[in-house]
Amino acid sequence: MRQGKYPFIVGFLAAPVLLYVVFVISPYIQAFYISLTDWKGISAAPRFIGLENFTRLFDDEVFWAAVRHHGVLLLVMPLVTIVIALFFAFLLNLSGGQRGGQMTGLWGSKVYRVIFFLPQVLAVAIVGVLFQTIYRSDETGVINSLLGKIGIDPVGWLIDPDIALLSIIGVMVWQAVGFYVVLFSAGMSSIPKDVFEAAALDGAGRFTLFFRITLPMLWDTMQVAWVYLGIAAFDAFALVQVLSVDRGGPDNSTTVLPLEIWRTAFNFSKFGYASAMGVALFFMAITFAALTLRVTRRERIEY
Amino acid sequence: MSKSAGTPGDITRRQMLRRIGMTALIAGPGAGLLTACATGGTTPAAPASAAPSASGAVSAANPFGVAADAPLEVVIFKGGLGDSYATEVHEPLYKKAFPQAQVKHVATQKIAQTLQPRFIGGDVPDMIANSGTDLMDNGALQQEGQLLELTELWDAPSIDDPSKKVRDMVAPGTVESGLIDGKPYLMNYVFSAYGLWYDSALFEKNGWTPPKTFDEFKAFAEKAKAAGVTPFAYAGKNAAYYAYWMILISAAKIEGNQILIDVDNLVDGVWQRDSMKQSAAAWAEIAKYMDKSFEDKEHTQVQLQQNQGKVALYPSGSWLENEQKAQTPETFKYALTPTPSVTAADKMPFEAIRAAAGEAYIVPAKGKNPKGGLEYLRIMLSKEGARGFTEKSGNITVVTGAADGLELTPGNASLSAAQTAAGQNIVTFSNFENWYKEFETELRRQTNALLFGRISADEFCEKVQKAADKTKADSSITKQNRTV
Repeated sequence: MRQGKYPFIVGFLAAPVLLYVVFVISPYIQAFYISLTDWKGISAAPRFIGLENFTRLFDDEVFWAAVRHHGVLLLVMPLVTIVIALFFAFLLNLSGGQRGGQMTGLWGSKVYRVIFFLPQVLAVAIVGVLFQTIYRSDETGVINSLLGKIGIDPVGWLIDPDIALLSIIGVMVWQAVGFYVVLFSAGMSSIPKDVFEAAALDGAGRFTLFFRITLPMLWDTMQVAWVYLGIAAFDAFALVQVLSVDRGGPDNSTTVLPLEIWRTAFNFSKFGYASAMGVALFFMAITFAALTLRVTRRERIEY
Repeated sequence: MSKSAGTPGDITRRQMLRRIGMTALIAGPGAGLLTACATGGTTPAAPASAAPSASGAVSAANPFGVAADAPLEVVIFKGGLGDSYATEVHEPLYKKAFPQAQVKHVATQKIAQTLQPRFIGGDVPDMIANSGTDLMDNGALQQEGQLLELTELWDAPSIDDPSKKVRDMVAPGTVESGLIDGKPYLMNYVFSAYGLWYDSALFEKNGWTPPKTFDEFKAFAEKAKAAGVTPFAYAGKNAAYYAYWMILISAAKIEGNQILIDVDNLVDGVWQRDSMKQSAAAWAEIAKYMDKSFEDKEHTQVQLQQNQGKVALYPSGSWLENEQKAQTPETFKYALTPTPSVTAADKMPFEAIRAAAGEAYIVPAKGKNPKGGLEYLRIMLSKEGARGFTEKSGNITVVTGAADGLELTPGNASLSAAQTAAGQNIVTFSNFENWYKEFETELRRQTNALLFGRISADEFCEKVQKAADKTKADSSITKQNRTV
């Protein structure tokens, strides 16, 4: 068996690696090449124009608007999602005090767990259509009709350029929280019980338990969550497409790069320029992931 | 123009699924997506360009010399016009002329997504109804040498009267509306009129008459508002172009059609001329009567409100009645009124309407049977073909007199009356919508910003002019020009 190990492994890996190279790596490389051409998406022989597409990007207001929105998304969306998810996960798993030497969650936490996870199962498109009704800007919208009952005038959730992006971020958070509740729950359940027991015996309250023990011991999980959420913040395509006014409006206040890439390629027939945006997005995402992992690096707590 | 027959930007379930799929691809680092259909230059140049093989003997009945047994593939955008006009009228007519020919029919709502890969691969159909929200960029197709020039078609003898050319059988301006780079490449088939649509039954009940000047428009708006009806509304979410059409029509009424030609030709400062400013300001005044919440409504939602008698005047084109057929209550009678006069010194009278040929049909240059494609268009332009189209789709074609004697719906009857009243006072088409999609997108944005009260008419003109200047300065966009 031993001498046959390498052929065996190579034999098994060759097919998936080949598929990966053909369908994942090679399109990326092609995209890099196409970003240097003026390809219109129709002919098979695009013209090479060097870095012109990239210099053009620097003067493109819409591109920078989209980049700014990714900045906002990166700051707000992961932060809010993680805070809410941590809070819920703590309530579900550890805040009910001790029973039989076990930390327990609040009463009915199993039901809550299902409810929190539910949005995660819905397709983004369905979520988008759902929130069209919730955010509708006249008094028939779900939120506005509730606000109307307490005498507040309808709010233009998606038509006010100042809050449209935040409204869409709200939907992203709403959808993501459930998944991270489950992720953090798993993280919390792997923290040794005796640590909590010892702390509880020493008279630690819920706050101390959370901030002094749970949070530091969850650091690895949070790091993963932050990277995942960050990458989600580079997308937002479907929600913006379905929810925003005039695809990315009003006044470009909600547009994101994937939407601009899609528009530039399929509406404006500028596949070369769109690829340049794609390449820019690629580097932004890579930089973000690298930075996050670097900045948040800490010594592992062994247990 | 050419997006007319579709419901603008309506997202169907299929489209949605496709977009979700697309999201997955673009998501994270989005670079990979765009090559999904790319070839990286490895595909040999379209093999079909090697010489359109099929050809037959040229005769009076067969002026292009179509090979009688050559198969023909027809791709139809199945939107507001449906596709029964092709399967039940034009394709049978073609089969009658060439009984040995196989006619393949493809109906799709996603023209670009269906056909783009086929163009790259060199496997193109012979005739395409290039319409809908996701139509292919005709300008780009022409630049890549993918469109067949249609001069031959317009100069061919007409089926109904072989002593006349096809171009003499269609409404004035039809051939011109399909020019790219000064040559005819598009056959615009549907004759559309644009203006404000209303329910004549509702107006009669309330004793209202459609306003003829903007002063009357304001007085009417007060009355309508008092009666609990929104006087004027459009859907900001996906139909901003309905509103900028109105701004352009009013500007043309003030100054004459030259301004539309200048807009298309990206003439310096055209968006900041007085006529444009007056028009934008006038429409912004009226838009104040419209609730802000119309900005996140879709075309269909606002139309529904009109059908329920909650919206008085809705800006759109003549396909509206047919598009709404299923939702319109029995009592609702569509009628068209021209846009009101802005000043007393307008060059064109109140009766002037915008009427233009739209819905582009194209013949790819590198198809297998381009002659057949031309012949198919010639059949569409026959009286029988045009009449059948009107019966199946409820829309009038560019073929003059083809709809004579057909029983017209209230909307079409009103349209025909408006056309008679307008006489020679016709506001012509705009081509920038097809030529400069980026500019058009920016115009939609600014139109919403103006009409929902975020910017003034002056700012609107300044910003749109800036976008036009940017298009003009962009060397990657091929500039077009028109003189008529």
